[in-house]
Amino acid sequence: MVLHAHVTDADICNTACYRGGVYGNDFTAPEAARTAPADEPASFRAILVEDGRVEPRDEMPEGYRKTLVRQIAQHAHSEIIGMQPEGNWVSRAPSLRRKAILMAKVQDEAGHGLYLYAAAETLGVDRADLLDALHSGRQKYSSIFNYPTLTWADVGAIGWLVDGAAIVNQVPLCRCSYGPYARAMVRVCKEESFHQRQGFEILHTLAHGSQAQRQMAQDAVNRYWWPSLMMFGPPDDDSPNSAQSMAWGIKRFSNDDLRQRFIDMTVPQSEALGLTLPDDGLAWNEERGHYDFTPVDFTELFEVIRGNGPCNEQRMAHRVGAHEDGAWAREAAAAYAQKQAQKQAQRQAREQAQKEGAA
Amino acid sequence: MSAHVDYLLGLADDALVSSQRMGWWISRSPQLEEDVAMANIGLDQLGQARALLTHAGAVEAAGRDEDDLAYFRDERDFRNVCLVERPMEDFGVAMARLLVFATWQHELYGALSASTDATLAAVAAKARKETAYHVDHARQWTLRLGDGTAESHDRMQAAVEAEWPWREELYDAGTLAPELVERGIAVDPGTLREPVEARLDAVLAEATLSRPDVAAAYSRGRQGRHTEAMGYLLAEMQHLARSHPGVTW
Repeated sequence: MVLHAHVTDADICNTACYRGGVYGNDFTAPEAARTAPADEPASFRAILVEDGRVEPRDEMPEGYRKTLVRQIAQHAHSEIIGMQPEGNWVSRAPSLRRKAILMAKVQDEAGHGLYLYAAAETLGVDRADLLDALHSGRQKYSSIFNYPTLTWADVGAIGWLVDGAAIVNQVPLCRCSYGPYARAMVRVCKEESFHQRQGFEILHTLAHGSQAQRQMAQDAVNRYWWPSLMMFGPPDDDSPNSAQSMAWGIKRFSNDDLRQRFIDMTVPQSEALGLTLPDDGLAWNEERGHYDFTPVDFTELFEVIRGNGPCNEQRMAHRVGAHEDGAWAREAAAAYAQKQAQKQAQRQAREQAQKEGAA
Repeated sequence: MSAHVDYLLGLADDALVSSQRMGWWISRSPQLEEDVAMANIGLDQLGQARALLTHAGAVEAAGRDEDDLAYFRDERDFRNVCLVERPMEDFGVAMARLLVFATWQHELYGALSASTDATLAAVAAKARKETAYHVDHARQWTLRLGDGTAESHDRMQAAVEAEWPWREELYDAGTLAPELVERGIAVDPGTLREPVEARLDAVLAEATLSRPDVAAAYSRGRQGRHTEAMGYLLAEMQHLARSHPGVTW
């Protein structure tokens, strides 16, 4: 297809089959977006076969483009909505060092949003349209951010578990077939990995602190464990669109594989923290070489996706409120830029006339 | 408390309280780039506050570190100017205040780079570079908002009218021990008036805003007499640390 083709609402609107936005994951794709492999340009197939990178100038199937726009946009939305639960503790961080780290972290998330919206724009969409889709509810963000941060330890749990799960999801995206997304993810992953270690360190300090701090840490882990596992999306059997994303080289591993990888990585870390994970079924399985765990009950995830999570309304109201409150400033900036451009043009015309007069 | 410590706490508290207000904007600004910028400015100010509080604690030599000073002092012991503690939930107000505060800080830190207090001089030299960026950021927004749309012009003019009365305390040498200036540790705030005001006036003119003709507000933050907003700001900032005294975070 030709890049920067006319963008229709259908490009960014995808609630029809929406099953759950996980940032760095996409396990839904509207039927309309599917393209039969036979429609794929030979040049596109050749890039995938060689495990190369598809660049904005390259031909690509419409379904591939739409899937990427949706996934990258949802990822970007997740980053900027994700600023809220942690931003909730910036004013109350219990030491100045922690306050500085947290401010920098939330700032990083804004930065991730910027890279990702820029990556989406290489596919012929505008950030403003994507934001409208978020604000009107046509596009989603990761449901994990619909949970409240009730105590300071939640900041640690989000860093350790939520960012940890995001990394497991996102590291394979550094090899995603779409070049601009893959390159954005390299930088995002480096910063996320830093955030994960910061979260671990917060919990480690709390777990080795006073009784009250220890309880605070355990409580946060108890509340964030299952929602973190849900971040990987439904089981593979229930995620019919994953196969297409895998064929396109957007997705490299299945939801269940990534979830297992996260659990295998996290259990030893919880032991190092001296905190427990709220699953009696967790046990090392020698034969499989993995930890067994109690199957995730996705009822809650689907409820949260449907808008019935604890903070869905609050997160959207905050985001839409900020956008609307800032409209006057954005309009002023645009008007000012226009005035400056006009003045510049007039200056140049005058200078040109003077030159011609002198000649 | 020595005049030297008191002076350092004033500068530290200005930066800390300003940072606390700036942090509110992260996730609430008009656009994503501005979230990044305001977080950055808030982080710079927090960095200044931490360095100055740590230094104040060292000069005091009573074993208080940056967190003891930030979290376990009461309102009457805070020495920041009232300008920075007032609510700042309008973007025009945020930029008008930043313009005033950062321009003043930039001049102040320029002068303090030559302080005979070597640590203060080093902190000031670094902070001067940071505040140059803050001034530029505030100036650019003042121009956009002042000379943007009719609505933005009116809102920015109102913001300037709201902030201007609180400038006076920045130039007030009232609580400063003259001995500190004589020893070359501190800068007489009165000497900052002319350069700061000239720069502010130039920005207002370029932004098509008129210079407010307003009386100075009653502002005695340097004496620990704050506005009613300060208690709430501290209650929020300090409550968690105070709920668990003596622990490590």
